[in-house]
Amino acid sequence: MTEPSEQPNTKRREFIGKSLLAAGAALAAPQVLLIVANVRAETQGVSSEVRWGMLVDTNKCVDGCTSCVDACHRENGVDLLQRPTGQQDEMWNAQRPQWIRKVKLRDRQTGRVTNLPVMCQHCEFPPCADVCPTGASFKRADGIVMVDRHTCIGCRYCMMACPYKARSFIHQNVENKMVRAPRGKGCVESCNLCVHRIDAGNATTACQEACAKEGHHAILFGDLKDPQSAISLALKAQGSYQIRADLELNTGVRYTNL
Amino acid sequence: MGTSAGIRGVFRILWGGALVVLSLSVQSGSAVTPGSKAAGLDACVAPTPEMRRNHMDFLKHDRSLTVHQGIRDIKNSLAGCVDCHAAQDGGGGFKPVNDTDQFCSGCHAFMAVDLTCFQCHRNTPGEGDATTASTGPGSVETIQPLESLFESPTDTLHSDTTLSQHQIDSRRED
Repeated sequence: MTEPSEQPNTKRREFIGKSLLAAGAALAAPQVLLIVANVRAETQGVSSEVRWGMLVDTNKCVDGCTSCVDACHRENGVDLLQRPTGQQDEMWNAQRPQWIRKVKLRDRQTGRVTNLPVMCQHCEFPPCADVCPTGASFKRADGIVMVDRHTCIGCRYCMMACPYKARSFIHQNVENKMVRAPRGKGCVESCNLCVHRIDAGNATTACQEACAKEGHHAILFGDLKDPQSAISLALKAQGSYQIRADLELNTGVRYTNL
Repeated sequence: MGTSAGIRGVFRILWGGALVVLSLSVQSGSAVTPGSKAAGLDACVAPTPEMRRNHMDFLKHDRSLTVHQGIRDIKNSLAGCVDCHAAQDGGGGFKPVNDTDQFCSGCHAFMAVDLTCFQCHRNTPGEGDATTASTGPGSVETIQPLESLFESPTDTLHSDTTLSQHQIDSRRED
């Protein structure tokens, strides 16, 4: 048995003092803690504080121009696919993958022609992910709808479910593949908003870059959840349109002047 | 009784010796393909015995992180395997890592384990697209120029996906 000490426990005082100091710092400077939290979120992967989206101004989309299609297919290795030997033109053109395509609309009454690129619309509630039996179709936290080829079994339910005809199936063995765009027979694929670029910290897609390079600037890409981003400001300033808005999928790709 | 136990003992010794010889031959440094970047390095991203036993788990874990969470600056990546372990073919390019007797397939054939990574993933270093084909190593010779894909008169990619007048009319009338 030791004698009860006359001195107060200084360790305890130290601890209480430090705790109060930390609490005070947290109250006084919440910004600092916020920054720390954000850094951690980045190293942990994509965050739902971002939602990537696209705004297409169909007035600026030029008839006959395919620079977005070309750039997309070059970026994602779609143009490396070879036609299987002996396959007919009709079959090849019906089955070859396309991540983005040009659609031309003409109003019969007024004769107004509208050109627009159509790709995966990156729905908030993607029907492809709803029907996928293996969970291969999924929506990333930042709103990008993707296919995990590791779990895709090639059943093509998602292709049937997609109202935008945005998905393609790889029918043949693929000889030439890119590191950034793996591809193989028996899986479904579609536009992923150039996810390899986004993960590398870029904020452009190949189609947007190509369209701007052509001088058309019809495609605007950015963060829908950032109120100060160019796309958010544009969406706020002018009316936009979702294709098949009646399905209430809340698409990430919007169109103006459609 | 005595003789059968003796025979068993001899067999045991022989079997043990065979295992030792086999493990020594596998443990030797010859598994790394000569002429690859890995041949000039001391170790992989983890000690060799750990890599031999666990490389498939490393890849499977990190592929989910990459695809679903977008984390790409990770230690274990298949592209990293290919970069280091592909042997040069002597002509400025690389041999595919899954070719017979190359790094991946050599061992996988020995272990009778199917290797399906490269049905989808690129099996040589470099990107292999049109921009790097002319300069980078591992260039692909059979790339078809993009223009020929889109400008050939038989190509109906765009007209095929453009809505026909009838479809447009029927939609506008709806």
